[in-house]
Amino acid sequence: MRYALLIDFGSTFTKVTAVDLISEEIIGTASAFTTADSDIGTGLNVALDRLRRVTGDIAFDFKSACSSAAGGLRMMVSGLVPELTAEAARLAALGAGARITRLFTHELTRRDLKDIEADPPDIFLMTGGTDGGNRACMEKNAGKLRSLSVRFPIILAGNRQAIDACEDALEDFPVTVCPNVMPSFGVLNIEPVQREIRDLFLKHIVNARGLSKTKEILSDILMPTPSAILSAMKLLADGTETEPGIGELMGIDVGGATTDVYTVARGEPIDMNVICKGLDEPYAKRTVEGDIGMRYSVAGIVSEVGQPWISECSGLTSDDCAALMSELLYDKSKVPLTNDDAMARFDHALASGAVEIATRRHAGVLEEAFTTSGLVYVQTGKDLRSVRQIIFTGGSFIHAQNPLDIARHALYTERYPMSLRPKKATVLKDDRYILSAMGVLAEREKDIALRIIKRELVSPGDISSGDDS
Amino acid sequence: MEQGNGKKLVIGVIGADVHAVGIRILEYAFREAGFDVTNLGVMVSQEEFIGAALETAADAIVISSLYGHGELDCRGMRDKMDEAGLDGLLLYVGGNIVVGKQDFVDVEKRFHEMGFDRVFPPGTPPEETIFYLKKDLEVE
Ligand code: B12
Repeated sequence: MRYALLIDFGSTFTKVTAVDLISEEIIGTASAFTTADSDIGTGLNVALDRLRRVTGDIAFDFKSACSSAAGGLRMMVSGLVPELTAEAARLAALGAGARITRLFTHELTRRDLKDIEADPPDIFLMTGGTDGGNRACMEKNAGKLRSLSVRFPIILAGNRQAIDACEDALEDFPVTVCPNVMPSFGVLNIEPVQREIRDLFLKHIVNARGLSKTKEILSDILMPTPSAILSAMKLLADGTETEPGIGELMGIDVGGATTDVYTVARGEPIDMNVICKGLDEPYAKRTVEGDIGMRYSVAGIVSEVGQPWISECSGLTSDDCAALMSELLYDKSKVPLTNDDAMARFDHALASGAVEIATRRHAGVLEEAFTTSGLVYVQTGKDLRSVRQIIFTGGSFIHAQNPLDIARHALYTERYPMSLRPKKATVLKDDRYILSAMGVLAEREKDIALRIIKRELVSPGDISSGDDS
Repeated sequence: MEQGNGKKLVIGVIGADVHAVGIRILEYAFREAGFDVTNLGVMVSQEEFIGAALETAADAIVISSLYGHGELDCRGMRDKMDEAGLDGLLLYVGGNIVVGKQDFVDVEKRFHEMGFDRVFPPGTPPEETIFYLKKDLEVE
């Protein structure tokens, strides 16, 4: 018998998953409530007790975990030009599973430094300049960080000509050096930084997050939860040497505070007369919308899609919507009591709105340029119109009465023809929340993790934008 | 190929202009002459020129325009560079920068007033541009 225990330390729940590695089955899951402040070890023990009731006493071959507890991996990133190195740094951090608490461009100001001091990050990622390009940005910012009274790990991943001076300035910070995130103009190189972020997470952050107490029970692997999910998505798309993947896909996780969108897709232009602009796009890409969420970020959804949209989508009057919104302001734990009460319908509209906005922000866009020789299109970001699978994870979708109606908001529509979202897709649901656990398992057992994901995801059906041509 | 001279150029075809051949030739010629070249290709906006020049710490921006709308596309370029902290950066333009056969003395004057350091008439061979680049950037 061989068993694996996979743990997901969340901000409100600790979830545990037991896998039989021989039969390749999930033999039990359990969870326990953990408040941000309470000892994370207690929550884990409660969850493990509950798991034992399902699985009986078994010995695990290894125990691995991912964590988004206590605010997750909090990062600040800096770069020079907003669309270039600062964007590369942002993509690197998000893809590594971080939450970006601040993004700085150009030179840091005194106010910026005060903010950093008041709420220091777990990791600071500093970039700026192509190799051989601008040095002033990194060098000046390093000089400024030096004056702070707080210390935190810093990753230097900008112009290599600026590294020496930065290392000198930051000698009493824990500094690591990585290859430039944008070594030459428009070229993205973020994997080395992402590996470093994970290493630092293991070495430094785990202690700071009260997770060290759980160290004795854990084997070696611990990663930020979003990075485990992205890794599961990538495994599912690409497959392994022996087990085929399912091809390019999009993943959506509508949470209480944020909405994450993942794509594993190349997103190259489909049409002939398209010119690509901007930075390279990462093949496995994650974006996070901090203002779009079902409980803590309701206002963000409503202000983006508009009150009338929410009314129409929910079938509620605007007064009803306003009332429900203020209820949620006071009680974030409010949930629908039946499948069709006002709250359920309001949630349906919120989830639809969240999917609509978050996918539009993630997907590439076309712009028309009328040139003297006719119409030319300029593409920035990924063209996802030929992606044919959308994975949903997260409660708002899993428990929804009409998941396909919500999912449809991830598709290409004639209303936003320039937003390059999938034209049609098979919807897949992560009903038992196994994606993060499988992302962690994949670190050791890729094939098993992949087969379990393929088996566990269920499809409520296909959706189509209806104007396929 | 001449030895690298350490000077960095950002080049591209501005506006909605899709003439892709000339800029490739310029890229090649400038590289052969020892420059470090970032070629942004066709349909390049003013902001893209500026972003690339900032990140690469360029020594000059060389703008090409062939389809006749160069004057419109180049308007405000120098002001934006000043705003971005690229004040004083060497700025060239060339190609077929205006429509038809206008008196080049006038054209040159207008582009000088817009803040361009050098303005080249149609048919300027790459060698001439290289000569001036080396002169202005004090190469050799
Ligand atoms: C091929 C071509 C096209 C192709 C381009 C295909 C492609 N993707 O590259 C197509 C068919 C798309 C096209 C379209 C148009 N074209 Co056209 N095109 C040409 C043509 C025949 C050749 C261009 C070329 O490749 N030359 C070869 C390269 C090596 O030379 P080059 O581009 O001139 O570049 C050299 C020099 O100019 C110089 N140079 C260039 N930039 C710079 C910058 C600096 C700083 C310096 C110093 C030097 C420099 O160095 C380069 C290398 O030696 C020219 C006519 C001609 N014979 O030049 C017309 C020409 C450029 N086109 C012209 C026009 C008007 C158009 C259209 C507006 C036509 C229309 N009404 O639809 C459209 C515009 C489309 C757009 N949005 O850009 C006119 C421009 C007239 C003007 N400026 O007054 C030209 C001159 C033809 C003409 N005599 O009327 N065109």
